[in-house]
Amino acid sequence: MIAELGHFALTLAAALALIQATVPMVGAARRDHAMMAVAAPAAIVQFLVLGLSFAALMHAYVTSDFSVKNVVLNSHSLKPMLYKISGTWGNHEGSLLLWVAVLALFGALVALFGRNLPPTLKARTLGVQALITLGFLAFMLLTSNPFERVFPPPLEGNDLNPLLQDPGLAFHPPMLYVGYVGLSIAFSFACAALIEGKVDAAWARWVRPWTLLAWIFLTAGIALGSWWAYYELGWGGFWYWDPVENASFMPWLAATALLHSAIVVEKRDTLKSWTILLAIIAFGLSLIGTFLVRSGVLTSVHAFAVDPDRGIFILLLLVLAIGGSLALYAWRAPGLKGGGLFRPVSREGALVMNNLLLSTAAATVFVGTLYPLFLEVVTGEKISVGPPYFNITFVPIMAVLVAALGVGAMLPWKRGDLPAVTRKLTAATIFTAGATAVAILFWTGESALAYAGLAFSFWLGAATMVHLWQRARPTKRVSVADGFRRMRDLPRAVWGMTLAHLGVAVLIFGATGASVMTKETIAAGVPGDSFTVGDYRFTLDRVEQVPGPNYRAERGTFRVYDAESGDFIADLASERRRYVASGQETTEAGIATDLGGDLYAVLGQPADDGGWSVRLYRKPLVPWLWIGSTLLVIGGFLSLSDRRLRVGAPTRSGAQEAPGADAPAGAAPEPAE
Amino acid sequence: MRRVIFLAPLALFLLVAGYFAVQLLSGRDPSEVPSALIDRPAPEFSLPPLYAGEAGLSTADLNGRPSIVNVFASWCVPCRVEHPMLMRLAEEEGATVFGIAYKDDPAASKAFLEELGDPYARIGVDADGRAAIEWGVYGVPETYVIDADGRIRYKRTGPIGPRHMEDDILPLLRELGS
Repeated sequence: MIAELGHFALTLAAALALIQATVPMVGAARRDHAMMAVAAPAAIVQFLVLGLSFAALMHAYVTSDFSVKNVVLNSHSLKPMLYKISGTWGNHEGSLLLWVAVLALFGALVALFGRNLPPTLKARTLGVQALITLGFLAFMLLTSNPFERVFPPPLEGNDLNPLLQDPGLAFHPPMLYVGYVGLSIAFSFACAALIEGKVDAAWARWVRPWTLLAWIFLTAGIALGSWWAYYELGWGGFWYWDPVENASFMPWLAATALLHSAIVVEKRDTLKSWTILLAIIAFGLSLIGTFLVRSGVLTSVHAFAVDPDRGIFILLLLVLAIGGSLALYAWRAPGLKGGGLFRPVSREGALVMNNLLLSTAAATVFVGTLYPLFLEVVTGEKISVGPPYFNITFVPIMAVLVAALGVGAMLPWKRGDLPAVTRKLTAATIFTAGATAVAILFWTGESALAYAGLAFSFWLGAATMVHLWQRARPTKRVSVADGFRRMRDLPRAVWGMTLAHLGVAVLIFGATGASVMTKETIAAGVPGDSFTVGDYRFTLDRVEQVPGPNYRAERGTFRVYDAESGDFIADLASERRRYVASGQETTEAGIATDLGGDLYAVLGQPADDGGWSVRLYRKPLVPWLWIGSTLLVIGGFLSLSDRRLRVGAPTRSGAQEAPGADAPAGAAPEPAE
Repeated sequence: MRRVIFLAPLALFLLVAGYFAVQLLSGRDPSEVPSALIDRPAPEFSLPPLYAGEAGLSTADLNGRPSIVNVFASWCVPCRVEHPMLMRLAEEEGATVFGIAYKDDPAASKAFLEELGDPYARIGVDADGRAAIEWGVYGVPETYVIDADGRIRYKRTGPIGPRHMEDDILPLLRELGS
């Protein structure tokens, strides 16, 4: 009964989406306020209905209702409650339902908090949003109904893929979806602006917080996925350039570019058509990612069950959404008037460079992900592109970006003085040289690449701090004490930017340690044997059988000592779990962590002679990866809480910049919340 | 001229979408069997061994009894996922499993097998991926079932799951063995 209610709610949502996609659009064209006013309540009700539908599916999972096919295929009555709940989105149909629910959530948020938007822009934005929802609802209802029943119901389910039964992964998909789908709002705003034929500073000010919110969740989702891969896959890496990882990384790069170019539109009223294009591309890449994961075009450890019919349906959605919006762009964007001019050496110029580099990076990842597929279509030749390709293409682009970021952030708007900025960065340069020298003495015998990576992170960190200090104390006339006082009063957006840029520096610090500076030992042995890894000695203490709720595990305990002094440092417990229902195996790495890095041990297969193979690592600086990601997220939230974004546009001082003739008088400043 | 620049993103996207469509409509689902290879003799190839002193792997080795050929690499995530299935085939089901180490550093291949176990009766090292092209390998891992006459009877691209074992590989091996 509850499952049928869920199915009915889906159908109702589709009907609502159809109304929301048409009536307000026609209303906006005719300037009919009654018709435009349909959009907001329709968006809110749509979210409530889809929320109900999602709750119905979750109910089926929580109660292990094996008369629902989706639950049979992906759940098991012995599964811990957390994974029963996360099982709701751990499969194709359920994750689509979550996708659509988040899409509707963002629509409802715009309806609730967009009261100060010009009515036509708001109506059109919600209309475009409903069109996307309608497309995905049609896809679900026609090919992927999550509420399908089975009769007779089996007694037990097939269980969720054990790799996915992990707290890190339980919350990773919802976060990613909020990120992916959140970009739909920027997309809808872009399409609405193209239909209106007008992009101005106010538009950029509305789009930016939504993009920022999506970006924050995308960042958190990717970081969580990386953390999961690090300890669950059991071989010590944090990023594998897997097609599905790339599918989440490309929208992130585009969204990062969009966040920066929207600043230029807001402050300088230029780069408009590029920013619109980025908004379309960012969400377009999210859609392409969804397509890649679900169509079976690429194989990956993340891929959902393959069904060619579904692939064709998603491709059709893709062509309608991306093709349609790009056609609209080709038609309307040439009419957008550019604003202020600027010199190449200026804040605008630096942000253009940021955008060029980020888009090139996204294109590089795109090519690396899809090249094998394209080559096969053209020549029939089959090849694969592994991490080596990404290391030689992506890493240098990022190096240029990081080097330039330090200088670019210091440049003033319109025109900058490069020598003057370089002088201001003397302190940062000296710090970088000094810190790198200390690092070379501290971590002796590492490769040049490792020291280069550390130097880049020191440089970015130092340049970011110099920039912050520059904002607090722009001239020598301000005393140092006043500088500190003024630092406290800097806008939150400045603090947000500082933390985010520091986050990137910290991430590079961690990534260098986790990739280039890792020490590993792979060997076989019996309990009592010792292995040397860098400056550490690992002893396999014992191996024992331990029962789990829905698996049996073999647990190996390692004792780690300092190789020189012999001091005891930590105990590591690694498990190899065999799941009862599916027979699949997973590894749980034993990890001891402090700010200097991780000790990481994995118990492998038993060998023929009664011993075990073991994989032991010393991974310096790994925690800084997670700290850097956290800084990015906190920076995003700080920037989002800036007063400037909460207060409606246009600004008080910019009355003459206010929307033109067709904006009603009601667009005066008023708080958005 | 200005208009053309604004049309470029649309043109590029349509090109990409066209590729997707060709791939989908061709029916060449990468995780399914390309029919051209099925029931044809396995391609001619000859590969050096992974462990010095052992025998390598070549076409002649596939004659005489049913066997399984598995293309793997230490850098491939799904290979780790399917590895217990290969171990089970070799140890519990008594199947002859051959390995092709695809574009992999031999030391890394050895470490991979030391960590997860070595199910392979013989291992050929395909360092430059030439043999894989002969086999029509789309991506790693890839698994073939070969009959006693050296013909390919089944192909799976992507990791073998319990479903492929129970529904396809084990019944086929039983059929070929009798």
